[in-house]
Amino acid sequence: MNASVMSEVIASILILIGTALSLLSAFGLIRLPDLYTRSHAATKSATLGVLCVLLGTFFYFWLAEGFLSIRLLLGIFFVFLTAPVAGHLICRAAYRSKVELTKETVQDDLKEVLEKGEKGRA
Amino acid sequence: MKTNNVLLHTLSRVVTLIILIFSVYLFFAGHNNPGGGFIGGLMTASALMLMYLTFDFSKIKKALPINFTSFIAAGLLFAIGTGFASTLFGFPYLTQFFDYYQLPILGEVELTTALPFDLGVYLVVVGIALTIILTIAEDDK
Repeated sequence: MNASVMSEVIASILILIGTALSLLSAFGLIRLPDLYTRSHAATKSATLGVLCVLLGTFFYFWLAEGFLSIRLLLGIFFVFLTAPVAGHLICRAAYRSKVELTKETVQDDLKEVLEKGEKGRA
Repeated sequence: MKTNNVLLHTLSRVVTLIILIFSVYLFFAGHNNPGGGFIGGLMTASALMLMYLTFDFSKIKKALPINFTSFIAAGLLFAIGTGFASTLFGFPYLTQFFDYYQLPILGEVELTTALPFDLGVYLVVVGIALTIILTIAEDDK
């Protein structure tokens, strides 16, 4: 197997995995009941999907054309760093503006803590 | 309600550094690759905006006591200055010169007079973007 075939195989497998994960995360956005479970689907699998697509692109240009793209590596690092924090911020803002949890919820520990904090301030 | 978001504060310190470095890269890459003064200036402005969003407005004002309106004037002076520098040697206004130099670490580098002009664009873009956003942000006082 020569280098160009290998690069195409590696890149296509990674890109296909990334696309499948992004599709799964889109299904999760439609199917899951409330904002918190949806953000669970959207941040994790979409981040991994984007990372796989970027990694596939990186490997393709590295093996097929000998071009080591630092920008793609930096993009992988950047998305890996920021996407979960964006999900965290959206969930936090939603919880503090009292978006309701789904009916199947069993336990909500943060509620007690927040109420205690508000009482302590008042 | 006063909140304490440690995750956002820690992350934005790291991310601001990456965005600032990438904006400088875009600024210098503009001659032969996609990039340039405009997009580099917008990236720098967005990095500073991230700091303004994460931390308090007054805190950043204390840490960066810069009047961004003066950036606009400095950038315009750079652009006009590079234009008039060529007229001093008898060439038409805004004539471009370039040459190749051997620099100590970087090796052979092409230096052009388009770079100071691009620096002017960069400064004007940073100044205007931050002036617009900060003026709107300060409006409630």
